[in-house]
Amino acid sequence: MSRLVPAAETVGNPALNIGIFALFVVITLTVVIKVAAGKKSAAQYYTGGAAFSGRQNGIAIAGDYLSAASFLGIAGAIALQGYDGFLYSIGFLVAWLVALLLTAELMRNTGRYTMADVLSFRLRQRPVRIAAATSTLAVSFFYLLAQMAGAGGLVSLLLGVTSQTAQYLVIAVVGAVMIGYVMIGGMKGTTWVQIIKAVLLITATAIITVWVLGKYGFNLSSLFQAAVDTTGKGGEKLLDPGLKYGINTTTKIDFISLSMALVLGTAGLPHVLIRFYTVPTAKQARKSVEWAIWLIGGFYLLTLVVGFGAAAMVGPARIKAAAGGANSAAPLLAYELGGSAFLGIVSGIAFATILAVVAGLTITSSATFAHDLYKEVFKRGNVTPEQEVRVARLAALGIGVVAIFGGILAYGQNIAFLVALAFAVAASANLPTILYSLFWRGFTTRGACWSIYGGLISSLGLIVFSPVMSGKVDAAGKSLSMITNPNIDFHWFPLENPGIISIPLAFFLGWLGSVTSKDEVDDAKWAEMEVRSLTGAGANVEVVNH
Amino acid sequence: MTEHPDRPGGSRTRESTEYERVQATPQFAELRNRFRKFVFPWTIFFLVWYFLYVLLAAFAPGFMSIKLFGNINLGFLLGGLQFVSTFGITMLYVRWASREFDPRADVIRDEMERAGV
Repeated sequence: MSRLVPAAETVGNPALNIGIFALFVVITLTVVIKVAAGKKSAAQYYTGGAAFSGRQNGIAIAGDYLSAASFLGIAGAIALQGYDGFLYSIGFLVAWLVALLLTAELMRNTGRYTMADVLSFRLRQRPVRIAAATSTLAVSFFYLLAQMAGAGGLVSLLLGVTSQTAQYLVIAVVGAVMIGYVMIGGMKGTTWVQIIKAVLLITATAIITVWVLGKYGFNLSSLFQAAVDTTGKGGEKLLDPGLKYGINTTTKIDFISLSMALVLGTAGLPHVLIRFYTVPTAKQARKSVEWAIWLIGGFYLLTLVVGFGAAAMVGPARIKAAAGGANSAAPLLAYELGGSAFLGIVSGIAFATILAVVAGLTITSSATFAHDLYKEVFKRGNVTPEQEVRVARLAALGIGVVAIFGGILAYGQNIAFLVALAFAVAASANLPTILYSLFWRGFTTRGACWSIYGGLISSLGLIVFSPVMSGKVDAAGKSLSMITNPNIDFHWFPLENPGIISIPLAFFLGWLGSVTSKDEVDDAKWAEMEVRSLTGAGANVEVVNH
Repeated sequence: MTEHPDRPGGSRTRESTEYERVQATPQFAELRNRFRKFVFPWTIFFLVWYFLYVLLAAFAPGFMSIKLFGNINLGFLLGGLQFVSTFGITMLYVRWASREFDPRADVIRDEMERAGV
């Protein structure tokens, strides 16, 4: 999975793959331009006027959440690591209960455009907004890297593009289309892209699942057996826990750390939070999460079959040898099942997936930049909506460019794994402050800043000094770290995921900062927040249908 | 909120006192208690059950590898049950919220909106 691997195998018909992808882009851009007609208020740009229904938003959440990491990354992880790959999907799903029970509705009732709206609700605006905006941008950046890395991997596999310049060019095209969605369509356009993509992705995955199961007499046990047989020596280990994380005590603790990040990260992901503002009421936010849970849970059950199907029909040797490594398991399986045409469809959808998620991340980051930083912090609220939207659009452009360069740098990393790091940062920097804000009267500005910065710095710092960054080599001496020179090794933190340290630390700092703070608790604001969050009174101030 | 259309945190003094008044009512206390009595225990339940599963996968792989039907082992069964419990809690919560929570929240909100909040 390093960029040193030569693009060994290009499958399918590149022209067809490009054609299907281009078709998706044309259709979605048409939709985006159509729904985006007319002048944009800030509310229109950030939330689509809060006019989506719970079901529409639920499907869009699934579209936002089922990223390339879910589709390509988890399928690949299951194909190569069997049961341990499946553990990712369970964490990704169970995490939604945190959002459903604790945060989605309350956040909908107390915020308007961004996560920082809620966090700064009853605390001092500027320091908390700056902190929340910083962590929003950090989490979204990690997530962006993962998606763009996936795009790079797909490119070389599917488009027959092996020269580095050409790969960069394709990443740039993906980035440009995404910037177009966000700048033209705002939240409304982006949401429709996500809805279209979610329907396509889930349908395609369902078709692959039924197809694979049909080949094995609709018997999961036979499919597992075939996966074991194709894998060959040691294949029976695929079905048991431990292939990736059971090697020694360090890897086991790493696995617990990962699990904490997955289950506590979702509710702290800014691009997920911002979706709750696209519906008019808390009831619709609840309905959104309900839909999202059914779609996402159903999808992860399907990826179990896709992953084992790839192990059985493609086999780990070919997956590992393919350009893109583990991330190419699902496309290779599609080729095995339906030849070039089906591969073209599936790869087009995989591209669409990346595009839609990247667009969601971009609009979140641009909202944070324009609304939290530019308007509330730099200009202290003194801007016209037109200026704010213009800044948001420019920010989208800037973020898109950053994403393109990031994607080039991160090319070759396993994307499920990169996303897991984004979850760790979200669970550490965002979730403790969200929960304290909503449920603890005594929470203060200092507690929020300590928790956000403490969680952010500890999680990022531990990643930098972990084997992810440097010093991880395989048996053959080849580097598995981001810094691919095996001679550079500055890691001292043994785990790959920092969650087990950084999440409890951030909770602790939030408590410590608050109890040692001299700030008086603003009881009027606390009353407003509590009453508003539970009843929705005063929250439906703007339900516009332009 | 015509004065500060873009400030979720911004509010008028009168509104805040009204919020404080509502916060102190027994109706609101009951709403809050019912909410916490439902969501906190279920949150603890799913977290404990999830981490129990994670710990079993990490530290009792032999147990998780016990074969049940064909190649389906205990690990897959328990993993499947994580899906079942997630769907189940979702359905329970949605039903509870529409029967127990929404009517009470609606009464309080309607009353506040009539009072001009």
